[in-house]
Amino acid sequence: MKKKSKKELEETAFRVREHIIRLATDGGCFIGASLSCADLIVYLYNNFLNINKDNLNHPERDYLFLSKGHDVPALYGTLAELGIIEKERLKNHLKTNDFIYWHPNTRIPGIEYHSGSLGHLLSVSMGVAKDCLLKNQDNKVVVILGDGELNEGSVWEGLLVASAHKLNNMVAVVDRNQFQANIRTEELIPIEPLEKKFESFGWTPYRCNGHDFDDLEKTFSKLPFRENRPSVIIAETIRGKGLPSIESRADRWFCNFTHDEIDHLLQELHSKVKTDLKSETLTVR
Amino acid sequence: MNYEELLIQLIKEDERIVVMTAENRAAIRNLPDIIKDRFIDVGIAEQTMIGMAAGLALRGRIPIVHSLAAFLTMRAFEFIRTDVGIGNLPVKLVGAVPGFLSDGNGPTHQAIEDISLMRSIPPVNIFCPSDEEDMLLGMREVILHPSPFYIRYNNLKPAVEHNTGFRIGKAEVISEGRDIVILTYGILLKEAVEAAGILQSEGRSVGVINLRTLKPIDEELLKSICLSEVLVVTLEDHFITGGLYSILSECLVKDKIRCNVLPVALENKWFKPALLPDVLEYEGFTAEKIAGRINNELIKLSKREEYSI
Repeated sequence: MKKKSKKELEETAFRVREHIIRLATDGGCFIGASLSCADLIVYLYNNFLNINKDNLNHPERDYLFLSKGHDVPALYGTLAELGIIEKERLKNHLKTNDFIYWHPNTRIPGIEYHSGSLGHLLSVSMGVAKDCLLKNQDNKVVVILGDGELNEGSVWEGLLVASAHKLNNMVAVVDRNQFQANIRTEELIPIEPLEKKFESFGWTPYRCNGHDFDDLEKTFSKLPFRENRPSVIIAETIRGKGLPSIESRADRWFCNFTHDEIDHLLQELHSKVKTDLKSETLTVR
Repeated sequence: MNYEELLIQLIKEDERIVVMTAENRAAIRNLPDIIKDRFIDVGIAEQTMIGMAAGLALRGRIPIVHSLAAFLTMRAFEFIRTDVGIGNLPVKLVGAVPGFLSDGNGPTHQAIEDISLMRSIPPVNIFCPSDEEDMLLGMREVILHPSPFYIRYNNLKPAVEHNTGFRIGKAEVISEGRDIVILTYGILLKEAVEAAGILQSEGRSVGVINLRTLKPIDEELLKSICLSEVLVVTLEDHFITGGLYSILSECLVKDKIRCNVLPVALENKWFKPALLPDVLEYEGFTAEKIAGRINNELIKLSKREEYSI
């Protein structure tokens, strides 16, 4: 695989963020969580995973599962930039003539499996990883978890079983953007210290900056962190990253902006000058 | 041949098959040594087992998963619905000690809403064998079928001789009757056949149907029976809601068929925990008690007819 330069990755991530912002109107989307993992997803598809439009069904491709499915706009944007789906198709967001909605589904090429209900795709990806090991294939299997998602018991059940089964081809990546829906994780159900938790569950953890492509490269190139063990990367991110007016704001979880606001936000992505947002944000979706 | 031997045979024939369990090895004790890495025990983690089974199925495997029916269908329900159901993956869900088979375990272990739950998931089919022989007759077709299946595991000794070949969606007609037809599935077939014997000795003509698959159900047969002016009895070790009585009712309403139906099922309470014969006695599911309930119903119906004249 020909790796992209840091500059190319940054340019791609910028365009992915534009796609995400454009999805935050006419019904809206989970913009904050999408922006937090945008760099991560761009990095994975361009410089880490063996996934391209010609090998989407090949049994020896790598796998990416989005367990925190509400960040799917970041994946739609990345798939569009990779040419796996047409960019035009993103205009069908929430339209009944297509399958582009708030959570991932397999009608979109490049999406391995549906999610939305939290705490599911860790175990599904474990099944895939297990089969790759049974067949002596060296596919990498990556699953992206939300930090809020770590509240789900099924995550911890899966972590235990994965280490018992020595799924060393698995990498869980936590999008550590510090928020569950509308509350800071540490204010509701504190999850730190995460390294100690993962370590004691038999996984080898590593923390990195989820927006720094050099740090991502440095971290992912060390995989697997330890022999015969699954690895977990805690990617420190900022919810809403790229848009100062919504960054790390508890109330900017699910947003449905006006067309005017979208234009301003696209400007803000360049200028970093905060947009005066009037649209209410939803706290329940 | 027993269940485990059949699995070994299928595993040897078909490399797609893997066997999983949430540390429930009662029916598959010898498998780990024989099939080695195609045996996957996840420990007491039903949700993870189902998720992993879905992942394995995404890679082309046919996972046959084992757990107690109650925990499989309830603890892992959303995983079955979301990971197996939405994707329509060929995961085979084998539930141990369903219905009255949980004996003395108590309500925590009683899977008597399992059929209601499983049939509510669109692609999930349901196989409820009446005994070990019946189970073995159907298992190969059920495992190799491309859709997910819930199997009410039952290794009891044969209740009757099974002379009808197995087909998904086809019931086995044990006997035909002009006055009464008992529709049943699972372990109660034995009681149904004996109850029919009692009623026959009293001069009634009684049919008994072993439904085998509750989903898809043998709708054609059900309708022809219900149109034949008999008393139809639905007999099941399941709550009255969502099981065979519901399936039949939906079927009759849909086709605007009127007929007399007597449900014999568990009504709104969990059953008395005890050994199986005592459970049957206490809850009124022995052949004698079933025959008694059917006779009472016939008396009620004949009185109603007198009034209507």
